[in-house]
Amino acid sequence: MITAGIDIGSKTVKIVALKDAKEIVGQVMILAGTDVKESISKAWAELEKTAGVKPGDLAAIVATGAGKGDAVNARRTVTEVSADAKGANFLNPEVRTVIDVGAEEGRAIRIDAAGKVVDFAINEKCAAGAGAFTEAMARALEVEIKELGPLSLKSTQEVAMNAQCAVFAESELVTLVHAKTPKPDMARAVHNAISDRIVSMVRRVGMEEKVMLIGGVANNVGFLDSLQRDLNTTVIVPEDSESVSALGAAVLAAEEA
Amino acid sequence: MAEEFWRWTESRWHDPDIDWKKGQVVSAGVDVGSVSSQAVVMVDGRLYCYSNTRTGSNSPDSAVKAMGMALEGTDLTIDDLPYTVGTGYGRVNVPFGQRAITEIACHGRGANFMYGPSIRTVLDMGGQDCKAIHVDEKGKVTNFLMNDKCAAGTGRGMEVFADLLGVSINDVGELSLKVEEEPEPVSSTCVVFAKSEASGLLRAGWPKEKVLAAYSSAMAHRVAGLLERIGVEPDFGITGGIAKNVGVVTRLEKEIGIKSLQSKYDSQIAGALGAALFAEALIKKGAKK
Repeated sequence: MITAGIDIGSKTVKIVALKDAKEIVGQVMILAGTDVKESISKAWAELEKTAGVKPGDLAAIVATGAGKGDAVNARRTVTEVSADAKGANFLNPEVRTVIDVGAEEGRAIRIDAAGKVVDFAINEKCAAGAGAFTEAMARALEVEIKELGPLSLKSTQEVAMNAQCAVFAESELVTLVHAKTPKPDMARAVHNAISDRIVSMVRRVGMEEKVMLIGGVANNVGFLDSLQRDLNTTVIVPEDSESVSALGAAVLAAEEA
Repeated sequence: MAEEFWRWTESRWHDPDIDWKKGQVVSAGVDVGSVSSQAVVMVDGRLYCYSNTRTGSNSPDSAVKAMGMALEGTDLTIDDLPYTVGTGYGRVNVPFGQRAITEIACHGRGANFMYGPSIRTVLDMGGQDCKAIHVDEKGKVTNFLMNDKCAAGTGRGMEVFADLLGVSINDVGELSLKVEEEPEPVSSTCVVFAKSEASGLLRAGWPKEKVLAAYSSAMAHRVAGLLERIGVEPDFGITGGIAKNVGVVTRLEKEIGIKSLQSKYDSQIAGALGAALFAEALIKKGAKK
Protein backbone atom coordinates (compact mmCIF):
# COMPACT_ATOMS: atom_id res chain seq x y z
CA MET A 1 0.00 0.00 0.00
CA ILE A 2 1.43 3.33 -0.99
CA THR A 3 0.30 6.64 0.47
CA ALA A 4 1.52 10.16 -0.21
CA GLY A 5 1.78 13.44 1.55
CA ILE A 6 1.92 16.73 -0.36
CA ASP A 7 3.21 19.88 1.31
CA ILE A 8 2.33 23.02 -0.62
CA GLY A 9 4.58 25.64 0.90
CA SER A 10 4.97 29.30 0.08
CA LYS A 11 8.18 28.67 -1.80
CA THR A 12 8.27 24.97 -2.74
CA VAL A 13 5.94 22.03 -3.25
CA LYS A 14 7.06 18.69 -1.80
CA ILE A 15 5.60 15.22 -2.26
CA VAL A 16 6.68 12.09 -0.40
CA ALA A 17 5.41 8.63 -1.32
CA LEU A 18 5.50 6.05 1.45
CA LYS A 19 5.14 2.28 1.09
CA ASP A 20 3.42 0.33 3.87
CA ALA A 21 3.93 3.24 6.22
CA LYS A 22 7.60 2.28 6.40
CA GLU A 23 9.65 2.93 3.29
CA ILE A 24 10.04 6.14 1.33
CA VAL A 25 9.67 5.15 -2.32
CA GLY A 26 9.45 8.56 -3.94
CA GLN A 27 10.26 12.16 -3.11
CA VAL A 28 10.12 15.38 -5.12
CA MET A 29 10.51 19.08 -4.49
CA ILE A 30 9.83 21.83 -6.99
CA LEU A 31 9.57 25.62 -6.81
CA ALA A 32 6.02 26.81 -6.17
CA GLY A 33 6.30 29.64 -8.67
CA THR A 34 3.48 31.96 -9.55
CA ASP A 35 0.85 29.40 -10.48
CA VAL A 36 0.27 27.03 -7.58
CA LYS A 37 -2.02 24.63 -9.43
CA GLU A 38 0.51 24.28 -12.21
CA SER A 39 3.29 23.62 -9.70
CA ILE A 40 1.23 20.89 -8.07
CA SER A 41 0.71 19.16 -11.44
CA LYS A 42 4.41 19.49 -12.16
CA ALA A 43 5.24 17.92 -8.81
CA TRP A 44 3.01 14.91 -9.47
CA ALA A 45 4.47 14.54 -12.96
CA GLU A 46 7.96 14.62 -11.50
CA LEU A 47 7.03 11.94 -8.96
CA GLU A 48 5.73 9.71 -11.74
CA LYS A 49 8.88 10.26 -13.78
CA THR A 50 11.34 9.57 -10.96
CA ALA A 51 9.48 7.00 -8.88
CA GLY A 52 6.85 5.63 -11.22
CA VAL A 53 4.12 6.60 -8.74
CA LYS A 54 0.87 8.14 -9.98
CA PRO A 55 -1.95 9.65 -7.86
CA GLY A 56 -4.16 6.77 -8.99
CA ASP A 57 -1.77 4.23 -7.42
CA LEU A 58 -2.16 5.72 -4.00
CA ALA A 59 -4.37 4.42 -1.23
CA ALA A 60 -4.59 7.87 0.32
CA ILE A 61 -3.19 11.35 -0.19
CA VAL A 62 -3.03 13.96 2.55
CA ALA A 63 -2.17 17.61 1.94
CA THR A 64 -0.55 20.16 4.21
CA GLY A 65 1.20 23.52 3.89
CA ALA A 66 0.02 27.08 3.25
CA GLY A 67 -1.52 26.08 -0.07
CA LYS A 68 -3.15 22.84 1.05
CA GLY A 69 -6.54 24.08 -0.09
CA ASP A 70 -5.32 23.85 -3.68
CA ALA A 71 -4.49 20.15 -3.53
CA VAL A 72 -7.39 18.79 -5.58
CA ASN A 73 -6.48 15.14 -5.39
CA ALA A 74 -5.90 15.01 -1.67
CA ARG A 75 -8.53 13.23 0.36
CA ARG A 76 -8.03 15.46 3.35
CA THR A 77 -5.80 18.16 4.76
CA VAL A 78 -3.88 18.33 8.01
CA THR A 79 -2.22 21.22 9.78
CA GLU A 80 1.46 21.82 9.16
CA VAL A 81 2.10 21.45 12.86
CA SER A 82 0.70 17.91 13.01
CA ALA A 83 2.48 16.95 9.78
CA ASP A 84 5.79 18.26 11.15
CA ALA A 85 5.26 16.31 14.37
CA LYS A 86 4.53 13.01 12.61
CA GLY A 87 7.34 13.40 10.15
CA ALA A 88 9.92 14.11 12.85
CA ASN A 89 8.67 11.20 14.94
CA PHE A 90 8.86 8.84 11.96
CA LEU A 91 12.50 9.75 11.36
CA ASN A 92 13.49 9.59 15.01
CA PRO A 93 11.06 8.54 17.74
CA GLU A 94 13.31 10.05 20.41
CA VAL A 95 12.60 13.58 19.19
CA ARG A 96 10.49 15.67 21.55
CA THR A 97 11.04 19.18 20.14
CA VAL A 98 10.63 20.01 16.47
CA ILE A 99 11.77 23.33 15.02
CA ASP A 100 10.56 24.04 11.50
CA VAL A 101 11.89 27.12 9.75
CA GLY A 102 10.41 27.53 6.30
CA ALA A 103 10.37 30.30 3.76
CA GLU A 104 7.69 32.35 5.42
CA GLU A 105 6.82 30.65 8.67
CA GLY A 106 8.66 29.48 11.74
CA ARG A 107 7.32 26.89 14.20
CA ALA A 108 8.40 25.35 17.49
CA ILE A 109 6.53 22.15 18.38
CA ARG A 110 6.71 19.85 21.37
CA ILE A 111 5.67 16.28 20.68
CA ASP A 112 5.18 13.06 22.56
CA ALA A 113 6.59 9.57 21.87
CA ALA A 114 3.81 8.85 19.37
CA GLY A 115 4.44 12.02 17.39
CA LYS A 116 1.38 13.80 18.70
CA VAL A 117 1.48 17.53 19.27
CA VAL A 118 1.73 18.58 22.92
CA ASP A 119 2.27 22.33 22.44
CA PHE A 120 3.35 24.68 19.67
CA ALA A 121 4.21 28.27 18.81
CA ILE A 122 4.08 29.77 15.33
CA ASN A 123 5.34 32.90 13.72
CA GLU A 124 3.55 33.60 10.48
CA LYS A 125 3.32 37.37 10.75
CA CYS A 126 6.90 38.47 10.54
CA ALA A 127 9.41 37.76 7.80
CA ALA A 128 12.31 38.15 10.21
CA GLY A 129 11.57 34.78 11.77
CA ALA A 130 11.74 32.78 8.55
CA GLY A 131 13.73 32.08 5.42
CA ALA A 132 12.55 35.32 3.82
CA PHE A 133 14.91 37.05 6.24
CA THR A 134 18.05 35.15 5.29
CA GLU A 135 17.18 35.48 1.62
CA ALA A 136 16.84 39.25 1.90
CA MET A 137 20.10 39.47 3.82
CA ALA A 138 21.93 37.30 1.29
CA ARG A 139 20.74 39.71 -1.41
CA ALA A 140 21.92 42.71 0.61
CA LEU A 141 25.32 41.06 1.04
CA GLU A 142 25.40 40.08 -2.63
CA VAL A 143 25.97 36.44 -1.75
CA GLU A 144 24.15 33.33 -3.02
CA ILE A 145 21.76 32.03 -0.37
CA LYS A 146 23.52 28.67 -0.28
CA GLU A 147 26.84 30.42 0.36
CA LEU A 148 25.54 32.42 3.31
CA GLY A 149 25.90 29.58 5.82
CA PRO A 150 29.48 28.51 4.99
CA LEU A 151 30.50 32.18 4.77
CA SER A 152 29.27 32.91 8.28
CA LEU A 153 31.33 30.08 9.73
CA LYS A 154 34.45 32.01 8.69
CA SER A 155 33.52 34.86 11.01
CA THR A 156 36.20 36.01 13.45
CA GLN A 157 34.23 38.50 15.50
CA GLU A 158 30.72 39.16 16.72
CA VAL A 159 28.96 42.12 15.18
CA ALA A 160 25.68 43.24 16.70
CA MET A 161 22.57 43.54 14.61
CA ASN A 162 19.92 45.67 16.29
CA ALA A 163 17.10 45.65 13.80
CA GLN A 164 14.28 43.20 14.49
CA CYS A 165 12.68 43.70 11.12
CA ALA A 166 13.95 42.32 7.81
CA VAL A 167 13.38 45.66 6.09
CA PHE A 168 15.35 47.57 8.72
CA ALA A 169 18.00 44.87 8.93
CA GLU A 170 18.64 45.29 5.23
CA SER A 171 19.30 49.02 5.76
CA GLU A 172 21.43 48.19 8.78
CA LEU A 173 23.51 45.79 6.68
CA VAL A 174 24.05 48.51 4.10
CA THR A 175 25.44 50.73 6.85
CA LEU A 176 27.73 47.92 8.02
CA VAL A 177 28.89 47.38 4.45
CA HIS A 178 29.77 51.11 4.22
CA ALA A 179 31.75 50.71 7.44
CA LYS A 180 33.73 47.94 5.70
CA THR A 181 32.58 45.21 8.08
CA PRO A 182 33.89 41.82 6.85
CA LYS A 183 31.17 39.80 5.12
CA PRO A 184 31.60 36.64 7.24
CA ASP A 185 30.97 38.71 10.39
CA MET A 186 27.83 40.23 8.90
CA ALA A 187 26.61 36.83 7.77
CA ARG A 188 27.09 35.50 11.28
CA ALA A 189 25.17 38.48 12.72
CA VAL A 190 22.31 37.62 10.39
CA HIS A 191 22.17 34.04 11.65
CA ASN A 192 22.43 35.10 15.27
CA ALA A 193 19.52 37.47 14.75
CA ILE A 194 17.17 34.92 13.24
CA SER A 195 18.27 32.25 15.71
CA ASP A 196 17.40 34.63 18.55
CA ARG A 197 13.84 34.90 17.33
CA ILE A 198 13.44 31.17 16.74
CA VAL A 199 14.83 30.40 20.18
CA SER A 200 12.33 32.69 21.92
CA MET A 201 9.59 30.67 20.23
CA VAL A 202 11.21 27.44 21.42
CA ARG A 203 11.39 28.78 24.96
CA ARG A 204 7.67 29.56 24.83
CA VAL A 205 6.86 25.87 24.35
CA GLY A 206 9.81 24.65 26.39
CA MET A 207 12.68 22.60 24.99
CA GLU A 208 12.92 18.88 25.61
CA GLU A 209 15.59 16.59 24.15
CA LYS A 210 15.96 15.44 21.50
CA VAL A 211 15.63 18.47 19.26
CA MET A 212 15.18 18.24 15.50
CA LEU A 213 15.41 21.06 12.96
CA ILE A 214 13.49 20.81 9.69
CA GLY A 215 12.43 23.07 6.84
CA GLY A 216 14.51 24.75 4.16
CA VAL A 217 16.51 26.92 6.55
CA ALA A 218 17.81 23.76 8.25
CA ASN A 219 20.21 23.48 5.32
CA ASN A 220 21.90 26.68 6.44
CA VAL A 221 24.95 25.59 8.45
CA GLY A 222 25.41 29.11 9.80
CA PHE A 223 21.90 29.17 11.20
CA LEU A 224 22.36 25.69 12.68
CA ASP A 225 25.54 26.84 14.39
CA SER A 226 23.86 29.89 15.95
CA LEU A 227 20.85 27.80 16.97
CA GLN A 228 22.94 25.11 18.66
CA ARG A 229 24.90 27.73 20.58
CA ASP A 230 21.75 29.54 21.69
CA LEU A 231 19.99 26.35 22.76
CA ASN A 232 23.20 24.89 24.17
CA THR A 233 22.49 21.50 22.65
CA THR A 234 23.10 19.40 19.57
CA VAL A 235 20.28 19.67 17.08
CA ILE A 236 19.43 16.82 14.70
CA VAL A 237 19.04 17.82 11.07
CA PRO A 238 17.67 15.06 8.85
CA GLU A 239 18.57 14.69 5.19
CA ASP A 240 15.94 16.32 2.99
CA SER A 241 14.83 18.52 5.85
CA GLU A 242 12.32 20.33 3.64
CA SER A 243 10.35 17.17 2.99
CA VAL A 244 9.69 16.17 6.58
CA SER A 245 6.27 17.82 6.63
CA ALA A 246 5.20 16.02 3.46
CA LEU A 247 6.54 12.80 4.98
CA GLY A 248 4.45 13.39 8.08
CA ALA A 249 1.39 13.88 5.89
CA ALA A 250 2.16 10.59 4.12
CA VAL A 251 2.38 8.83 7.50
CA LEU A 252 -0.96 10.33 8.54
CA ALA A 253 -2.41 9.19 5.23
CA ALA A 254 -1.25 5.62 6.00
CA GLU A 255 -2.84 5.71 9.45
CA GLU A 256 -6.24 6.19 7.99
CA ALA A 257 -5.94 4.15 4.78
CA MET B 1 20.92 53.92 -14.15
CA ALA B 2 17.55 52.73 -12.86
CA GLU B 3 15.32 55.44 -11.52
CA GLU B 4 15.12 55.46 -7.73
CA PHE B 5 11.40 55.64 -7.07
CA TRP B 6 11.76 55.78 -3.36
CA ARG B 7 13.90 58.91 -3.49
CA TRP B 8 11.71 61.81 -2.38
CA THR B 9 12.83 65.37 -3.10
CA GLU B 10 14.94 67.16 -0.54
CA SER B 11 13.83 70.70 0.15
CA ARG B 12 14.62 73.92 1.96
CA TRP B 13 12.89 77.21 2.65
CA HIS B 14 13.51 80.48 4.41
CA ASP B 15 11.39 83.52 5.21
CA PRO B 16 12.78 86.47 3.22
CA ASP B 17 10.95 88.97 5.46
CA ILE B 18 12.84 88.07 8.61
CA ASP B 19 16.21 89.64 9.38
CA TRP B 20 17.76 87.36 11.98
CA LYS B 21 20.26 90.02 13.03
CA LYS B 22 17.38 92.12 14.34
CA GLY B 23 15.95 89.24 16.35
CA GLN B 24 16.23 88.89 20.15
CA VAL B 25 16.44 85.11 20.31
CA VAL B 26 17.76 82.94 17.50
CA SER B 27 17.45 79.21 18.23
CA ALA B 28 18.07 76.07 16.23
CA GLY B 29 16.92 72.45 16.21
CA VAL B 30 18.16 69.43 14.28
CA ASP B 31 16.30 66.12 13.99
CA VAL B 32 18.51 63.31 12.72
CA GLY B 33 16.31 60.36 11.93
CA SER B 34 17.18 57.01 10.43
CA VAL B 35 15.73 57.94 7.05
CA SER B 36 15.53 61.74 6.98
CA SER B 37 17.08 64.71 8.77
CA GLN B 38 15.62 68.17 9.26
CA ALA B 39 17.08 71.44 10.53
CA VAL B 40 15.06 74.42 11.74
CA VAL B 41 16.07 77.93 12.81
CA MET B 42 13.63 80.17 14.65
CA VAL B 43 13.86 83.88 15.30
CA ASP B 44 11.78 85.19 18.23
CA GLY B 45 9.44 82.24 18.02
CA ARG B 46 8.87 82.50 14.28
CA LEU B 47 10.05 79.96 11.74
CA TYR B 48 13.00 81.48 9.90
CA CYS B 49 14.32 78.63 7.77
CA TYR B 50 14.27 74.85 7.50
CA SER B 51 15.49 71.92 5.42
CA ASN B 52 14.31 68.38 4.81
CA THR B 53 17.10 66.02 3.71
CA ARG B 54 17.87 62.33 3.39
CA THR B 55 20.03 60.93 6.20
CA GLY B 56 23.27 59.47 4.93
CA SER B 57 25.26 56.59 6.38
CA ASN B 58 26.91 58.95 8.89
CA SER B 59 24.85 60.85 11.51
CA PRO B 60 27.16 63.82 12.23
CA ASP B 61 27.55 64.48 8.49
CA SER B 62 23.79 64.31 8.06
CA ALA B 63 23.25 66.89 10.80
CA VAL B 64 25.77 69.27 9.22
CA LYS B 65 24.26 68.75 5.76
CA ALA B 66 20.74 69.42 7.02
CA MET B 67 21.71 72.64 8.77
CA GLY B 68 23.88 73.76 5.90
CA MET B 69 20.98 73.31 3.53
CA ALA B 70 18.55 75.16 5.81
CA LEU B 71 20.93 78.11 5.98
CA GLU B 72 21.59 78.29 2.23
CA GLY B 73 20.52 81.59 0.77
CA THR B 74 20.59 83.28 4.17
CA ASP B 75 23.58 85.07 5.64
CA LEU B 76 23.39 83.02 8.81
CA THR B 77 26.14 80.44 9.35
CA ILE B 78 26.34 77.41 11.66
CA ASP B 79 28.89 79.24 13.83
CA ASP B 80 26.45 82.13 14.36
CA LEU B 81 23.87 79.84 15.92
CA PRO B 82 23.68 80.72 19.63
CA TYR B 83 22.19 77.40 20.79
CA THR B 84 21.17 74.20 19.04
CA VAL B 85 19.19 71.24 20.35
CA GLY B 86 19.51 67.88 18.64
CA THR B 87 16.83 65.18 18.51
CA GLY B 88 16.08 61.95 16.67
CA TYR B 89 18.09 58.79 16.98
CA GLY B 90 21.21 60.65 15.86
CA ARG B 91 20.72 63.42 18.44
CA VAL B 92 23.90 62.72 20.37
CA ASN B 93 25.90 63.04 17.18
CA VAL B 94 25.10 66.64 16.27
CA PRO B 95 28.62 68.14 16.22
CA PHE B 96 27.40 71.74 16.58
CA GLY B 97 24.66 70.96 19.11
CA GLN B 98 24.65 71.81 22.80
CA ARG B 99 21.91 69.54 24.08
CA ALA B 100 19.99 66.43 23.09
CA ILE B 101 16.29 66.02 23.79
CA THR B 102 14.15 62.98 22.97
CA GLU B 103 12.12 62.99 19.79
CA ILE B 104 8.92 62.24 21.67
CA ALA B 105 9.22 65.47 23.64
CA CYS B 106 10.27 67.43 20.55
CA HIS B 107 7.41 66.09 18.47
CA GLY B 108 4.96 67.07 21.18
CA ARG B 109 6.25 70.65 21.27
CA GLY B 110 6.60 70.85 17.51
CA ALA B 111 3.07 69.62 16.89
CA ASN B 112 1.70 72.11 19.41
CA PHE B 113 3.37 74.89 17.39
CA MET B 114 2.35 73.52 14.00
CA TYR B 115 -1.23 72.67 14.85
CA GLY B 116 -2.04 75.00 17.70
CA PRO B 117 -2.65 74.40 21.41
CA SER B 118 -5.89 72.49 20.81
CA ILE B 119 -3.96 69.43 19.65
CA ARG B 120 -4.12 66.47 22.03
CA THR B 121 -3.14 63.45 19.93
CA VAL B 122 -0.13 63.46 17.63
CA LEU B 123 0.58 60.62 15.25
CA ASP B 124 4.11 60.66 13.94
CA MET B 125 4.64 58.35 10.98
CA GLY B 126 8.34 58.47 10.38
CA GLY B 127 10.87 56.68 8.27
CA GLN B 128 11.39 53.68 10.50
CA ASP B 129 9.01 54.12 13.38
CA CYS B 130 5.49 55.13 14.22
CA LYS B 131 4.50 56.97 17.38
CA ALA B 132 1.20 57.93 18.97
CA ILE B 133 1.67 60.79 21.45
CA HIS B 134 -0.76 62.48 23.86
CA VAL B 135 0.04 66.10 24.70
CA ASP B 136 -1.43 68.82 26.88
CA GLU B 137 -2.19 72.38 25.79
CA LYS B 138 1.48 73.33 26.15
CA GLY B 139 2.66 70.47 23.98
CA LYS B 140 3.97 68.52 26.96
CA VAL B 141 3.83 64.75 26.54
CA THR B 142 1.39 62.95 28.84
CA ASN B 143 1.49 59.49 27.24
CA PHE B 144 2.90 57.72 24.21
CA LEU B 145 3.10 54.43 22.37
CA MET B 146 5.67 53.53 19.76
CA ASN B 147 6.46 50.88 17.21
CA ASP B 148 10.05 50.95 16.10
CA LYS B 149 10.62 47.25 15.57
CA CYS B 150 8.60 46.63 12.46
CA ALA B 151 8.52 48.32 9.06
CA ALA B 152 4.76 48.04 8.67
CA GLY B 153 3.23 51.49 9.09
CA THR B 154 6.49 53.31 8.42
CA GLY B 155 7.96 55.29 5.57
CA ARG B 156 10.39 52.49 4.71
CA GLY B 157 7.44 50.21 4.09
CA MET B 158 5.94 52.70 1.64
CA GLU B 159 9.32 53.19 -0.04
CA VAL B 160 9.58 49.44 -0.62
CA PHE B 161 6.19 49.53 -2.33
CA ALA B 162 7.00 52.57 -4.43
CA ASP B 163 10.07 50.73 -5.64
CA LEU B 164 8.16 47.52 -6.34
CA LEU B 165 5.52 49.31 -8.38
CA GLY B 166 7.88 51.70 -10.10
CA VAL B 167 5.91 54.72 -8.88
CA SER B 168 7.59 57.81 -7.46
CA ILE B 169 7.12 58.02 -3.68
CA ASN B 170 5.71 61.52 -4.17
CA ASP B 171 2.85 60.12 -6.23
CA VAL B 172 1.86 56.96 -4.37
CA GLY B 173 -0.73 58.66 -2.17
CA GLU B 174 -2.74 60.27 -4.94
CA LEU B 175 -2.45 57.22 -7.17
CA SER B 176 -3.87 54.96 -4.46
CA LEU B 177 -7.07 57.00 -4.44
CA LYS B 178 -7.71 56.50 -8.15
CA VAL B 179 -9.74 53.36 -7.58
CA GLU B 180 -13.47 53.07 -8.15
CA GLU B 181 -13.96 50.58 -5.40
CA GLU B 182 -11.79 50.06 -2.35
CA PRO B 183 -10.12 46.61 -2.66
CA GLU B 184 -9.52 44.25 0.26
CA PRO B 185 -6.40 45.32 2.15
CA VAL B 186 -3.34 43.10 1.70
CA SER B 187 -3.60 40.36 4.28
CA SER B 188 -0.17 40.71 5.77
CA THR B 189 1.00 43.67 7.78
CA CYS B 190 4.60 42.56 7.27
CA VAL B 191 6.17 44.60 4.49
CA VAL B 192 8.17 41.63 3.20
CA PHE B 193 5.09 39.40 2.96
CA ALA B 194 2.89 42.22 1.69
CA LYS B 195 5.46 42.73 -1.06
CA SER B 196 5.20 39.09 -2.20
CA GLU B 197 1.45 39.35 -1.98
CA ALA B 198 1.54 42.49 -4.11
CA SER B 199 3.74 40.81 -6.72
CA GLY B 200 1.11 38.10 -6.99
CA LEU B 201 -1.65 40.68 -7.39
CA LEU B 202 0.25 42.45 -10.14
CA ARG B 203 0.73 39.16 -11.95
CA ALA B 204 -2.99 38.51 -11.60
CA GLY B 205 -3.52 41.72 -13.54
CA TRP B 206 -4.23 44.21 -10.77
CA PRO B 207 -3.38 47.78 -11.84
CA LYS B 208 -0.87 49.68 -9.73
CA GLU B 209 -3.56 51.94 -8.24
CA LYS B 210 -5.43 48.96 -6.88
CA VAL B 211 -2.30 47.40 -5.35
CA LEU B 212 -1.40 50.73 -3.76
CA ALA B 213 -4.93 51.07 -2.45
CA ALA B 214 -4.74 47.58 -0.91
CA TYR B 215 -1.41 48.30 0.75
CA SER B 216 -2.33 51.81 1.95
CA SER B 217 -5.46 50.34 3.45
CA ALA B 218 -3.47 47.71 5.36
CA MET B 219 -1.05 50.37 6.56
CA ALA B 220 -3.83 52.68 7.72
CA HIS B 221 -5.43 49.78 9.56
CA ARG B 222 -2.22 48.90 11.36
CA VAL B 223 -1.61 52.48 12.42
CA ALA B 224 -5.22 52.85 13.54
CA GLY B 225 -4.58 49.86 15.79
CA LEU B 226 -1.66 51.64 17.44
CA LEU B 227 -3.78 54.77 17.93
CA GLU B 228 -6.69 52.87 19.36
CA ARG B 229 -4.42 51.29 21.97
CA ILE B 230 -3.64 54.69 23.39
CA GLY B 231 -6.94 56.35 22.51
CA VAL B 232 -7.53 59.24 20.12
CA GLU B 233 -8.53 62.47 21.83
CA PRO B 234 -9.30 65.40 19.55
CA ASP B 235 -7.80 67.46 18.19
CA PHE B 236 -5.72 65.06 16.15
CA GLY B 237 -2.72 65.86 13.95
CA ILE B 238 -0.24 63.85 11.91
CA THR B 239 3.48 64.55 11.57
CA GLY B 240 6.25 62.84 9.65
CA GLY B 241 6.62 62.01 5.99
CA ILE B 242 3.54 59.84 5.66
CA ALA B 243 1.36 62.82 6.62
CA LYS B 244 2.01 63.83 3.01
CA ASN B 245 0.53 60.57 1.72
CA VAL B 246 -3.10 61.47 1.10
CA GLY B 247 -3.95 57.82 0.39
CA VAL B 248 -2.93 56.61 3.86
CA VAL B 249 -4.22 59.72 5.64
CA THR B 250 -7.76 59.63 4.22
CA ARG B 251 -8.09 55.91 4.93
CA LEU B 252 -6.79 56.38 8.46
CA GLU B 253 -9.15 59.28 9.16
CA LYS B 254 -12.04 57.17 7.92
CA GLU B 255 -11.11 54.28 10.16
CA ILE B 256 -10.67 56.25 13.38
CA GLY B 257 -13.53 58.60 12.58
CA ILE B 258 -11.56 61.80 13.16
CA LYS B 259 -10.06 64.20 10.67
CA SER B 260 -6.51 65.39 11.12
CA LEU B 261 -5.87 69.12 11.55
CA GLN B 262 -4.15 70.91 8.68
CA SER B 263 -0.97 72.92 9.08
CA LYS B 264 0.82 75.35 6.79
CA TYR B 265 4.15 73.87 7.92
CA ASP B 266 5.93 70.86 6.38
CA SER B 267 4.86 67.81 8.41
CA GLN B 268 8.38 66.44 8.47
CA ILE B 269 9.87 69.32 10.47
CA ALA B 270 7.85 68.75 13.65
CA GLY B 271 10.77 67.18 15.53
CA ALA B 272 13.30 69.83 14.53
CA LEU B 273 10.74 72.59 15.26
CA GLY B 274 10.18 71.22 18.73
CA ALA B 275 13.93 71.06 19.25
CA ALA B 276 14.30 74.69 18.17
CA LEU B 277 11.50 75.68 20.56
CA PHE B 278 13.26 73.91 23.42
CA ALA B 279 16.46 75.72 22.42
CA GLU B 280 14.59 79.03 22.56
CA ALA B 281 13.28 78.29 26.05
CA LEU B 282 16.77 77.30 27.22
CA ILE B 283 18.32 80.50 25.80
CA LYS B 284 15.71 82.57 27.64
CA LYS B 285 16.74 80.78 30.85
CA GLY B 286 20.33 81.80 30.26
CA ALA B 287 21.77 78.79 28.42
CA LYS B 288 24.76 79.60 26.27
CA LYS B 289 27.05 77.74 23.87
